[in-house]
Amino acid sequence: MKILVCISHVPDTTSKINFVENDTQFDTQGVQFIINPNDEFGLTRAMWFKEKSGASVDVINVGGPETEATLRKALAIGADNAIRVNTAARDAQQVAKEIVTVMQQNSYDLVIAGRESIDYNGGMVPGMIAALKGMNYLNNCIGLEIEGSQATAIREMDGGKETVTTPLPLVIGAQKGLVEESDLRIPNMRGIMMARKKPLTVVEPTQEGQQVQTISFEKPAPKGAVKLVDPENIDELISLLHNEAKVI
Amino acid sequence: MSVLIYAESENGQLKKIALELASFGKAIADQLNTNLVAVTINCENNDLLGNYGVNEVLAASQQGDFNAQQYAATLSEAAKSIGAHTIAVSSSADSRFLAPLVAVTLDAGYVTNVVGAPISSNPFQVKRSVFTNKAFSVCEIATEVKMVGLSKNAFGVHENQTTATITNFSPASAASDMKVTALDKATDTVTIADAEIVVSGGRGLKGPENWHLIEDLADTLGAATACSKPVSDMGWRPHSEHVGQTGKPVASNLYIAIGVSGAIQHLAGINSSKVKVVINNDPEAPFFKAADYGVVGDAFEVVPKMIEKLKSFQAENA
Ligand SMILES: Cc1cc2nc3c(=O)[nH]c(=O)nc-3n(C[C@H](O)[C@H](O)[C@H](O)COP(=O)(O)OP(=O)(O)OC[C@H]3O[C@@H](n4cnc5c(N)ncnc54)[C@H](O)[C@@H]3O)c2cc1C
Ligand SMILES: Nc1ncnc2c1ncn2[C@@H]1O[C@H](COP(=O)(O)O)[C@@H](O)[C@H]1O
Repeated sequence: MKILVCISHVPDTTSKINFVENDTQFDTQGVQFIINPNDEFGLTRAMWFKEKSGASVDVINVGGPETEATLRKALAIGADNAIRVNTAARDAQQVAKEIVTVMQQNSYDLVIAGRESIDYNGGMVPGMIAALKGMNYLNNCIGLEIEGSQATAIREMDGGKETVTTPLPLVIGAQKGLVEESDLRIPNMRGIMMARKKPLTVVEPTQEGQQVQTISFEKPAPKGAVKLVDPENIDELISLLHNEAKVI
Repeated sequence: MSVLIYAESENGQLKKIALELASFGKAIADQLNTNLVAVTINCENNDLLGNYGVNEVLAASQQGDFNAQQYAATLSEAAKSIGAHTIAVSSSADSRFLAPLVAVTLDAGYVTNVVGAPISSNPFQVKRSVFTNKAFSVCEIATEVKMVGLSKNAFGVHENQTTATITNFSPASAASDMKVTALDKATDTVTIADAEIVVSGGRGLKGPENWHLIEDLADTLGAATACSKPVSDMGWRPHSEHVGQTGKPVASNLYIAIGVSGAIQHLAGINSSKVKVVINNDPEAPFFKAADYGVVGDAFEVVPKMIEKLKSFQAENA
């Protein structure tokens, strides 16, 4: 089985979000970049397939040279090959189309992306890859087993979950639950040393044009100070929630 | 030129998010000076959409369970048949599942997490939340067909009386070899996605045996229950309750956090809730900086008191 894991290179979850150049660019100064957490759950699941059934695991990112450290980390966790499409990510369809172009050269049985990236929060790339390639797709995936060419996957939906059977090839949007937090792997020294020798192929982009353009950014308006209520006076809290906030 | 929405229903009844989406669709249709059309699938109370500005309902019926490929095909076909140039969907798990498929089929530029009516219609610009609610961006969609996904609770439900004509819509059947073999849906509890009020517990509750406090308060308020990440990591609560940057987003009217410190990753997921109440015994807990109302006190004393006071408040106001 051949697996492709899509890796988005995102600011660490503790990052302060600021903008520069007239609020048109994200300020990367002092920001640590990581593998998008949802992608890391997916990558870990891919490692299990590799260990159990000898699957090969490629990772891919559409982005500039700055994302290579993130791809190397994925290699250190255990991926076999990394591919970087050498262009800035402009919008979801462009990213999906670049990934599909790479998939034309290597056919994959399973493509794992994250449910959503924590920077753009689009939740779009995996579905678009599936639609462009005519593959089956499942979002919010919290369980996946593969038997031959048939997959059984669990999808979380609002207020519950469903189990779905589908033939391969398949694209999933991974999230926590596919593996647990405690299953995530911190690369060890051996992994890091091996990652240096693994192939990281840079391919040139094929897509032009842009459907969606980010014009500017803004930060939320600062919040007013909290109103503290004495624990001995919970009636006041209820009255504030009823009369002032009008939420109960 | 019409604006098209996908109005979701469950067990034949429109969901509240469908009415919010209709209200939002109406605002776009007004800006573009055109009419508003809704697609529904297996819905029995289509008339209701007329109260929220929908001029026409294309009512489709489809066999079997929700299937994103088939529902996406229906929505795409409807969009083509009426020549819709603007399509709006909600941000339920199902809509977010099918929307990318529709966007590719229609070659539409698609923007999710939109927080309000378009800033301008030509060029078509919308504001969306990014960086998991830590910021916003203004995006411009350049394609002829445009698609937007509305963030939950971002627009509100607004009445706009019209009479919707209801037309049966029979799409060509789309094949799908994906099959639902088991469905596990809670029917008696309020879900985080639908809830007006969410009551959330953190590590400050000390253990799963104390969760009756969270559940009792939630029951009293008709609220959904949620938790911080460590609470679900430790298995005190199911991971479906984990909210935050790496969990579920919460966009309720009221969010009550009990024994949650308010780490940046937790706040990212709940920022778009309208009113936040924090109960924490540490006055230095970072959550107080992000809250509207706070009680510095011991959850084990404050929460039972709150339940009792709420019950008497409800009895008085019944
Ligand atoms: C990559 C990454 C992603 C993350 N994503 C998320 C996420 O999505 N969601 C999330 O929640 N976290 C997330 N976290 C974890 C986050 O950083 C915090 O560790 C977590 O939110 C803390 O949970 P907590 O508030 O329940 O526990 P704690 O930080 O331990 O806080 C417990 C609080 O309870 C209070 N308390 C104690 N006893 C009482 C009492 N008797 N009465 C009242 N209050 C009491 C304490 O004062 C304290 O403020 C993430 C972390 C990382 C590294
Ligand atoms: N530039 C990119 N390169 C590779 N994969 C990406 C990229 N952007 C998004 N993805 C994948 O698509 C998922 C969803 O991203 P998004 O649609 O931005 O929310 C991410 O979790 C990644 O797996």
